[in-house]
Amino acid sequence: MVRNIKFIISVFLGLVIFFILLNALEKTNNYSPNKISNKIETNFTARLLYKNKEVSLEELIKDQHLSIINIWASWCLPCREEHSYLLNLNSINNINIIGINYKDNEVNAKKFLKELGNPYSKILLDPDGINSIELGAYGVPETFLLDTKSKKIIKKYIGPLDDIKFEEIVKIIKNEKI
Amino acid sequence: MKKFKLLIIILFFSFNFFNYSIAKNSNQVDKISKNLRCLICQGQSVYDSQSDFALSIKILIQKKIEEGKKENEIYEFLKNKYGEWIVYDPEISRKTFLLWTLPLILFVFGGLLIIRKVSIK
Repeated sequence: MVRNIKFIISVFLGLVIFFILLNALEKTNNYSPNKISNKIETNFTARLLYKNKEVSLEELIKDQHLSIINIWASWCLPCREEHSYLLNLNSINNINIIGINYKDNEVNAKKFLKELGNPYSKILLDPDGINSIELGAYGVPETFLLDTKSKKIIKKYIGPLDDIKFEEIVKIIKNEKI
Repeated sequence: MKKFKLLIIILFFSFNFFNYSIAKNSNQVDKISKNLRCLICQGQSVYDSQSDFALSIKILIQKKIEEGKKENEIYEFLKNKYGEWIVYDPEISRKTFLLWTLPLILFVFGGLLIIRKVSIK
């Protein structure tokens, strides 16, 4: 009898553990950026690319309703790919795009913009990558769509923009304007 | 000549002190960055990683220490930006309650078992 109970209990325990592990297989424990706060810190200052002047990001976006903050570098290949989307967003949808030049050489950055066009209204320099951390960014390229008044991130794209992300941004801009 | 030697000695030692002050700070940076998870190279700490992200975090820690920020304040700052996942120590909350208490419960349970076995003998 005692043996029987022991057997049943061990089978039961085994089954419980089995199902817990089975369940856990489907759960990804990858880090998801959706879980973190969607507010952004904009009161840090940095030097501008074309002027030898320190400004805060706050100043650059305060009289806009929506802003896009794009982290880029001339050495980053995906940035080259997404550049045409940014140009489109700037020219067609007329949205304020602030660039953050991540760990880059100023000469190369200017060359990059000369070659591909400049979609940014202002560009802040970030030679150490500290300002990007202030924004909660991971690396290049990264794009934030920002509600300027509430400082809320409407959308955050890690990695280069593509057709789907571009459509999404255009849709949001149109909805917000109406 | 003597004065010249003295000057060299003074210079030598002043550089020594200079290096020492950097080393002291970098110990602190190492300590903090060992407790941080590198988010874009999972499985490594910020201390171990040479990725751009980790390097920037190390510079940031250095800067914050120079500003006089305490270790805990730096963790709080980064948790605010990147969520709790960035620190290796999970906070005690309803979700992680079992994680923290289970070892203790098992330890007490095992202890009780041993005591019972010994007292029966």
